[in-house]
Amino acid sequence: MKEDVYILAIESSCDETAAAVVKNGREVLSNVISSQIDIHTLYGGVVPEIASRKHTERINQVIEQALEEAGMTLEEMTAIAVTYGPGLVGALLVGVAEAKAIAFATGKPLVGVHHIEGHIAANFIEHPELEPPFLCLVVSGGHTHLVRVKDYGVFEILGRTRDDAAGEAFDKVARAIGLGYPGGPKIDRKAKEGNPLAITFPRAKVADNAYDFSFSGLKSAVLNYLNHAKMMGEEVNDADLAASFQHAVVEVLVSHAMEGVKEYGADKLAIAGGVASNTALRARLEEECQKRGVAFYRPSPILCTDNAAMIGAAAYYEYEKGVRHGWDLNAIPNLKLGER
Amino acid sequence: MLILGIESASLTASVALLQDGRQLAEYTIDYKKTHSQTLLPMIHEICRMTETVPAQIDAIAISAGPGSFTGLRIGSATAKGLGLALQKPLISVPTVGAMAYQCYGSRYLLCPIMDARRSQVYTGIYEFAEDGTFVTVMDQTPMAIEELLEKVNAMGRTVLFLGDGVPPYAARIRELAAVKVQFAPSFMARQRAGAVAALGQVYYEAGRYESAADHRPEYLRQSGAERMKDRQ
Repeated sequence: MKEDVYILAIESSCDETAAAVVKNGREVLSNVISSQIDIHTLYGGVVPEIASRKHTERINQVIEQALEEAGMTLEEMTAIAVTYGPGLVGALLVGVAEAKAIAFATGKPLVGVHHIEGHIAANFIEHPELEPPFLCLVVSGGHTHLVRVKDYGVFEILGRTRDDAAGEAFDKVARAIGLGYPGGPKIDRKAKEGNPLAITFPRAKVADNAYDFSFSGLKSAVLNYLNHAKMMGEEVNDADLAASFQHAVVEVLVSHAMEGVKEYGADKLAIAGGVASNTALRARLEEECQKRGVAFYRPSPILCTDNAAMIGAAAYYEYEKGVRHGWDLNAIPNLKLGER
Repeated sequence: MLILGIESASLTASVALLQDGRQLAEYTIDYKKTHSQTLLPMIHEICRMTETVPAQIDAIAISAGPGSFTGLRIGSATAKGLGLALQKPLISVPTVGAMAYQCYGSRYLLCPIMDARRSQVYTGIYEFAEDGTFVTVMDQTPMAIEELLEKVNAMGRTVLFLGDGVPPYAARIRELAAVKVQFAPSFMARQRAGAVAALGQVYYEAGRYESAADHRPEYLRQSGAERMKDRQ
């Protein structure tokens, strides 16, 4: 019988310090996340230097808690996994240096993981039946990708954002209407009180690749709308604005995903990343998938946000393929999906 | 007792093994490659060369700062990861102090200077007493070179400068100095993990060590965003 594989995974690419223990890529034994959101809220967004300092202060406690909650010792781990990109370089470096030192001291293999591969792999945790190939829409504060997952760790990027990530647009619009940081959940909540068809915002098409996204025009349209209303002394209904903005983002994401489903004859669509928690996006994709008889997979919100369980899930398939990193593993802030 | 010394506060990457007061190995690179790529391979190499397995390490002496924020964190996270895995304590050694400590027995005032940007150096003033005791005359701090020279001029003694702040500031130091100044030769002019481990041993014997979880770098400066906020 095959031996069980236990992976201690570490994630520190942005503003969450996280560690998890994952068994055989699919079973989460612990998933500890120490969020820094309170401090970054004071600055209206993530401050890289503060994020890096907080990671350094919290990382050992988070790892120790992950082992304790799993009821396991470091000695019992098969391998150590860590996110090495993409992300904030200073933040990534903390996790990378920590993971390398732990792997070195214990003589365990080291597996570096791509952050977005982690987000995609979050789907494996809650959907044991999900296997590649499938289509995945990755939407977060830093990324917007439509990806064909051809096999474990094998990706074809169909479309990516040309400018702002979807989550970034949420943050900027939320700031403009005074909702504050983080924008995603705040707009989602506000939009529930508003009419999504109240204001028509543009949906940008990218000429040379129908799958690529562009959100900066939409963001500017919202800001222009606000400025215009201010100049004319008109009252703006924040709820209608939030709902209409969100509607515009969601419709672009859904139409691109459905285009991909059609062209590639996909029978499975998954979503991943922080914006995958958005209730309107989940509802619309569910609806459209149902219409087409496509199975729709989405992780729980706790696995959509940055976490280490997803890194452990992705690392398992890399480990099984024989991927091992050396003691010179570096953080790569702009690491491309599918690159090693 | 086996102490691993780690130094990555500035451009210099350095690691050392100190066993019962004997320096088994030291590996120092003063080159532009990032510490993330050099530090752990260097630790691996000195362990391999001295047939040391990590489990034999009793404590990790880490050059805690000040210095490059990123450099400090790579060293700190490396030390914390080792401490966590080996369940061994960390000894937090002031970076500027450890630089001065490598000039053991000098009769001069010892004044390491690290380029801290923003027209400042990280510096401190140290001396060795007659009985060999290492004395901190002025604790490490960020400071303008002019202010530092005022301080050493007032002390009326020969000062030995060392550190990566010497090349950019040597001319200014000569210009402002009212006392005799010396500049350290290359082998003692940069941070060295051997000195970090040796000073770490002194601290350890005095009970000055901490858990790996509790350790954090000594930046001696706020982040840019915090400075801006305080100014508002």
